[in-house]
Amino acid sequence: MEDKIIKQISLFAENKPGRLANIASNFRKAGINIRAFTIAEAGDFGIIRMVVDRPDIAHNVLHDAGFTVSETSVLGIEMEDVPGGLGKIADVLGEKNINIDYAYAFVTKTEKALLILRVNNIEVAINVLQGSGIKLIDMADIQQI
Amino acid sequence: MLEYWNPLMERMPVEELEKMQERKLKNLVNYVYQHSEFYKKRFDDAGVRPEEIQTLDDLKKLPFTYKGDLRDTYPTGMFCVPNEQLVRFHVSSGTTGKPTVVGYTKSDIDGWTTSLARAMTSIGVGRGDIIQVGYGYGLFTGGLGAHYGAEEIGATVLPASSGNTERQIELMQDLNSSIIACTPSYFLFMNEVADKANISIEKDTNLRVGIFGAEPWSEEMRARIEQATGIKAYDIYGTSELSGPLFTECQFQDGIHIWADQFLIEVIDPETGEQLKEGERGELVITTLFKEALPLIRYRIGDITVINKQPCRCGRTHPRIMRVLGRADDMLIIRGINVFPGQIESVLMNIPEVGEHFMIVVDRVNELDVMKVQIEMTDEAFSDKVNDIIILEKKVSSALKSVLNITVKVELVESGTIPRSMGKAKRVTDNRKL
Repeated sequence: MEDKIIKQISLFAENKPGRLANIASNFRKAGINIRAFTIAEAGDFGIIRMVVDRPDIAHNVLHDAGFTVSETSVLGIEMEDVPGGLGKIADVLGEKNINIDYAYAFVTKTEKALLILRVNNIEVAINVLQGSGIKLIDMADIQQI
Repeated sequence: MLEYWNPLMERMPVEELEKMQERKLKNLVNYVYQHSEFYKKRFDDAGVRPEEIQTLDDLKKLPFTYKGDLRDTYPTGMFCVPNEQLVRFHVSSGTTGKPTVVGYTKSDIDGWTTSLARAMTSIGVGRGDIIQVGYGYGLFTGGLGAHYGAEEIGATVLPASSGNTERQIELMQDLNSSIIACTPSYFLFMNEVADKANISIEKDTNLRVGIFGAEPWSEEMRARIEQATGIKAYDIYGTSELSGPLFTECQFQDGIHIWADQFLIEVIDPETGEQLKEGERGELVITTLFKEALPLIRYRIGDITVINKQPCRCGRTHPRIMRVLGRADDMLIIRGINVFPGQIESVLMNIPEVGEHFMIVVDRVNELDVMKVQIEMTDEAFSDKVNDIIILEKKVSSALKSVLNITVKVELVESGTIPRSMGKAKRVTDNRKL
């Protein structure tokens, strides 16, 4: 089950110019690829969330650059890029009373949609999603994308 | 074991001490009346003759002296000796106005040094200790003051001054510094720099005592420093007009000992100028009993405190003052309410998620004062959920409101972005004056 958990990099950033450029240049120097990316914005500050190919190195690079950064366990779900895909996932989780803290999605080169989810009970979520035939991806898949 | 620099003086019965003060006060009043045009005029204007001052109770007949008097008579208009008797000048930074100049005779330097020798001995510092002085050397009194006191007690001084922090830490390790003397905010910065280099002050250095002052700091900050670095942190108090840093707490950390043979203290109601009784909270007023070049009579230093005349557990009979959380100069008036940065520090340091660095920003928006407190996000407090951060901001804001009675906007900023200080920390940005 462990291998289905994806390590997401989250970092605290003030809402001011140049912050994103700083992160990008640190990643470029370290040769880290961003696979998925989102910003949750809340007025003066934001939380930047990223799925990258080498999360442990990314974490160290950002930490050494002075960022407040954490690794968060999230799920990656591969969806057919067709109507109704998201509804099924939400139904399955809702039935088991699992709450989605946040979610973001992107489309891969293979034309599949990839959904990143943070839930309040990741172990149960993995079981019910896999039990319903939904495909979870792992860190190895992330590196392939 | 308890140690004293001058056991006879420090443990002298209170009645004898007061007799000594009375004698010195009478001499002082005659001395300033004869040697200073400024004091002669001040006494004459108040209708007081030197011979009217016979007992300590007569002190209240004397007029006050203010910081403004030193500015008005800049540079040396209040001095009681000709310049050739001076061995040193110190000059205040003048951040809150015109600078003030203090002159010292040889005997003034000796008196200042004695005060610090007693203070350092009272916290168990002495021969065999290596004292790293991280206060600035120069026009500021901190560096040279601590330096002279430390040499007097036979300790070894490492005159590092402030700044060059990596080197400070390297020297601290190489020369086994056991004592650090600097501003509390600079020590926190040193600890941060050491941390980044994977050096633990607690495990990798010999440091056991910190002598921290030159800026107000709270009991809560003391707890943080002691916990983070494993040293004992002592408060040192003084001001350049009185010489420089002068007094500390003793090992019991229960109030700052003021040497009664050198200084006469009272607490007054700042509005009416009336003397208050022991134990009542008011403005501290200090009269110097040993200074030759620039004696001060009933000087309104501007600190709010309480006097405790009970003999201390350490055996010293000299009066103590309670920890001072801020000088009148530092006080902010926000929509008519008085706020000391020290109060804000107390509140923040009680909240575990909040780091040691903060900045108070005051603006005027639509004719209304608005206060904002910036704190840094820490690795421990960061959770990846927006809501957790908003909850933390609200928690800090409501803790501040319950103490200050005003609404404070709390803003979390990235760690390391609030300016670090190597001297006196700048904790307030007041944009209203612009």
